[in-house]
Amino acid sequence: MTQENRIKGGQIDRTKTLRFTFDGHPYTGHPGDTLASALLANGVRLMGRSFKYHRPRGPLSAGSEEPNAIVELRTGARQEPNTRATVAELFDGLEANSQNRFPSLKFDLMGINDRLSPFFAAGFYYKTFMWPAAFWEKIYEPIIRRAAGLGSLTREEDPDQYDKGFLHCDILIIGAGPAGLMATLTAARAGARVILADEDFRMGGRLNAETLTVGNHSGADWAEDTVRTLAQMPNVRLMPRTTVLGAMDHGIYSAVERVSDHLPIPAPGKPRQILWRIYSAHAILAAGATERPIAFENNDRPGILLAGSLRTYANRYAVAVGDRVAVFTNNDDGLRTATDLQAKGIDIAAVIDTRQEGDLLPGIRHLKGAQVIDTKGKLGLKSITIRHANGRSETLSVNALGVSGGWNPNLNIASHHRGRPVWNDAIHAFTPPTGGPKNLTAAGAAAGALSTHAALQTGAAQANAALEALGLKTHTPDLPKAEDAPLNLTPFWYVGEGKGRAWIDQQNDVTVKDVKLAKQENFTSVEHLKRYTTLGMATDQGKTGNILGLAIMAELTGRSIPQTGTTIYRPPYTPVAMGALAGRSRGPEFKPTRLTPSHKWAAEQGAIFVEVGMWLRAQWFPKAGETTWRQSVDREVLQTRASVGICDVTTLGKIDIQGCDAGAFLDRVYANTFSTLPIGKVRYGLMLREDGIVMDDGTTARMGENEWVMTTTTANAVPVFRHLEYVRQCLYPDMDVQLISTTEAWAQFSVAGPNARKLLQKVVDQDISDAAFPYMACGNITVCGGLRARLFRISFSGELAYEIAVPTRYGDALIREMMKAGEEFGAVAYGTESLGVMRVEKGHVAGNELNGQTTALNMGLGKMVSKKKDSIGMVLSQREGLNADDGLRLVGVKPVDPSKPLTAGSHFLDIGAAPVAANDGGWLTSVVYSPHLKSSIALGYLKNGTARIGQKMRAVNLLAKTEVEVEIVSPHFFDPEGDRLRG
Amino acid sequence: MADHRLHPITPLGHDTPHSVTIGPVTITEVTDTALASLAARLGEGKAVADIADTAGIPLPGSGHAAQGATFAAFWLSPDMWMVEAPFATHEDIVAILKPHFGETASLTEQTDAWARFDVTAPDLPAMFERLCNFDLRAHGPGAATRTVIEHLGCYVVIRAPGHLSVLGPRSSAASLFHALETAARSAF
Repeated sequence: MTQENRIKGGQIDRTKTLRFTFDGHPYTGHPGDTLASALLANGVRLMGRSFKYHRPRGPLSAGSEEPNAIVELRTGARQEPNTRATVAELFDGLEANSQNRFPSLKFDLMGINDRLSPFFAAGFYYKTFMWPAAFWEKIYEPIIRRAAGLGSLTREEDPDQYDKGFLHCDILIIGAGPAGLMATLTAARAGARVILADEDFRMGGRLNAETLTVGNHSGADWAEDTVRTLAQMPNVRLMPRTTVLGAMDHGIYSAVERVSDHLPIPAPGKPRQILWRIYSAHAILAAGATERPIAFENNDRPGILLAGSLRTYANRYAVAVGDRVAVFTNNDDGLRTATDLQAKGIDIAAVIDTRQEGDLLPGIRHLKGAQVIDTKGKLGLKSITIRHANGRSETLSVNALGVSGGWNPNLNIASHHRGRPVWNDAIHAFTPPTGGPKNLTAAGAAAGALSTHAALQTGAAQANAALEALGLKTHTPDLPKAEDAPLNLTPFWYVGEGKGRAWIDQQNDVTVKDVKLAKQENFTSVEHLKRYTTLGMATDQGKTGNILGLAIMAELTGRSIPQTGTTIYRPPYTPVAMGALAGRSRGPEFKPTRLTPSHKWAAEQGAIFVEVGMWLRAQWFPKAGETTWRQSVDREVLQTRASVGICDVTTLGKIDIQGCDAGAFLDRVYANTFSTLPIGKVRYGLMLREDGIVMDDGTTARMGENEWVMTTTTANAVPVFRHLEYVRQCLYPDMDVQLISTTEAWAQFSVAGPNARKLLQKVVDQDISDAAFPYMACGNITVCGGLRARLFRISFSGELAYEIAVPTRYGDALIREMMKAGEEFGAVAYGTESLGVMRVEKGHVAGNELNGQTTALNMGLGKMVSKKKDSIGMVLSQREGLNADDGLRLVGVKPVDPSKPLTAGSHFLDIGAAPVAANDGGWLTSVVYSPHLKSSIALGYLKNGTARIGQKMRAVNLLAKTEVEVEIVSPHFFDPEGDRLRG
Repeated sequence: MADHRLHPITPLGHDTPHSVTIGPVTITEVTDTALASLAARLGEGKAVADIADTAGIPLPGSGHAAQGATFAAFWLSPDMWMVEAPFATHEDIVAILKPHFGETASLTEQTDAWARFDVTAPDLPAMFERLCNFDLRAHGPGAATRTVIEHLGCYVVIRAPGHLSVLGPRSSAASLFHALETAARSAF
């Protein structure tokens, strides 16, 4: 097909031809076209089917407010539904398809909905699909969704990348029309850092769409010259293809930049879009205005456009939407469409002007006091019927109609902080609120200043106001001469005549009748009107329909429009891809990965890794011939207890605590006493929250008079550090305490088992005999011939054990050295599974027991909470409810039949008791298989647990459908006297 | 330092520092700097300042870094700095600093807590605006800040025009390096 509707002029590059397809048909266009302009140039007016009634629709607009021309772009994984053809920049090879139709756009079976429309009025779903309730989710909703669908998803992963970023400026200018350009020029010349963002790929706004002059240039040329000037200024950042989505808090604006949407695929390494967070001291909203339609019967046919958009297609894109055109207007701006199109050689059938007064256009059939009362043309406009002022009706054969009901300032962003728009009687439209986001002002059409002169003037004025507030020198520029004609609008919202449907919100198929029905059923508040009729709830958020809808409601209820008010404006201004919100945080890069110092070595050993928070830890180390994880773990546990095992424990949090008051500080944050701990000793500590519940546990070592090293659990490394900082800065600012995390600075390994000392003595340069380095000793040592290191004689496994730490860069070398030194003892590396088995055998609590609900008393550690000193959580830990004699106590659990596996999370029930909440005795927190006891064993919290040791109960798990008879035992399954760890 | 037999690896797991060039950007692992945090004990701010002055350790104000003859430092928090020194001569940096400061300050070895990547490019702001909320266009050499890069708490220290250091948690060195590489490819 040739571009039969292409006319002269325009801002398209005719030296290049772009090929594209729509619903499989090939077409051509030029750089500078949108998909909509190129399709219209090729005579294609029908671009979509409406949401509910599947009415044939073409574009209503030429911009981001478009409700109708909603299409799917691209194919395969890059297919994107619900995009607006009016802003989709044409590129060579673009594949576009219509949506919400079957089998084809021209013949859509669901078009039957249009015939059934009397049944589908507002509230239809609410009234019809009430019963039976259970049918809604499974039956009604899927059917309705299929019938009233938008585009389709391929369910393939998006292959493109999205960036997020941060920008800073003095003044953010939103919109690059005459007001935005003038504001930018003024601010930039004063030396301010300015960002100018515009959603269009060509800056200039309405100047590109009009034939009006600015100074001695056409508006488009002035815009182009100005943009060129600004591009040369280092303090200006021009951001075309960038939509400012919303005003957030504290001068932050979100914006999405479409970096590669105009390309077939992004260049290698380049993002498709960037979500920017813009920090700006001031912002000027110069987002222009959106034309609003007038509602009349069958006003939704392809070929019926907003009058200003007909001008845009003709002037900017060199496209005549039709060769015989009428205009329906209530204001002078609409008249421009007739004169502009006539100047382009297009036949103007008539201008239907609702106003009685005013001059007649010369050389054009200008009908005063007339209305369009109906239209014809199923797949595209063929004729309109008009009612003359004298009551006579007439049918005119036209294939395009421009409609103008006035202009609504694009004030959305100014109302994102809930400021209520202000009604302006001069232009009969809402303008930005006075109490909008701090330091945001509006200029140009967005502020209700609709003439070109007013846009230039307010743009400069608002820039100067911002400059003054910034303390920069202001300068009133010589404004280029531009038109300053008034709008001369006489309000006219809808044509009362006719029994058919007159469309208000074309994307959601809301009609004047629906508004009347809402009023009849007393849904007269705008918020109710919106929800009852779905007015403004489509992806266009009612940019063309909302004001029209509420104006009609105002008229029906006899209230004024400002009394009726608007619904709340919320970000984003236009739809945003989920990918842009996700940025780089997806798949394996959803979060950073933390690797232990021995990771490289462990990977060489074939370790199986497990995610522990962001850490990857070795879970177990399979050996040749081991086919199940249990074989590996059993071997690691047995060999550690028989000889020696090594485990990377770097992930545990380490906090360096120094200062003259460090001991007293520790007395405050730990429930037990630390200030009395001798230098060179380690103590186990229990840390409570203010409410008396256990926050964390770990050991703290006193390395010097005023130097301490605290260890935390892996999970709580950051929360505990944050807590300590809070305590230091806010609760005890007079204490001399300094904190810094050293978790990452030291590679730390646990060396456990009867041969631990023998192994370590081959590595450590000093004497570590029991006499020289007894149980719970700590100190600075050297290893391997002089490397500074730290040694702690502490045990989580219950064995003779040490933790040895070296600067992290040597961690890899140290584990290799220790494994080599351990060869003669058959040393094994063990992972987190074996760590877990050994600590459960020993009855040590870990994350499952420190679950944020439990107290020291629950854990059997009640005596650790010292009453001799004040500490965080001590007072509230004494609450009666936390101290009942028959409260939860930590117990050990083993199955009566050792072959029966236990299930973590099972609940304790007495023998014969029904499995109901009233009989719940507590639960199993941690379950492991003990290769020593050759059975499942568990820790658990049991009501009155200590007193029940020796009794038999049932461990019941209704989810896993398991039930095992168990014996309650001491939580210390292994070496309860602790002889081994003191060995 | 004693002549021990353990061989270090870099944060990225190599024997020698890794470096990559992407267009105009070069990203290099830096392992030849020893780090220690220096925090004045309560009420010892003046004493610490005097000692540091004598010892040739610059103590810059908030948001800043400074370079001395041997020592450099950047600000961490009120009365707290990160002191930098050549690793070859100052590996046990706390042992070297402690005699100067005695009980007036708390010193903690931080050398291996951090992975440091130095990034050079003529237009660093174009890359870093995609990484963190540090306005490089408004800050020049001598500026330093704590910021977040792809969820990681990092320090960014501007060394010279077109040259800065990113210090991130060592365990996440690979993730941080990947983020830097990705941003470089995206920006240039």
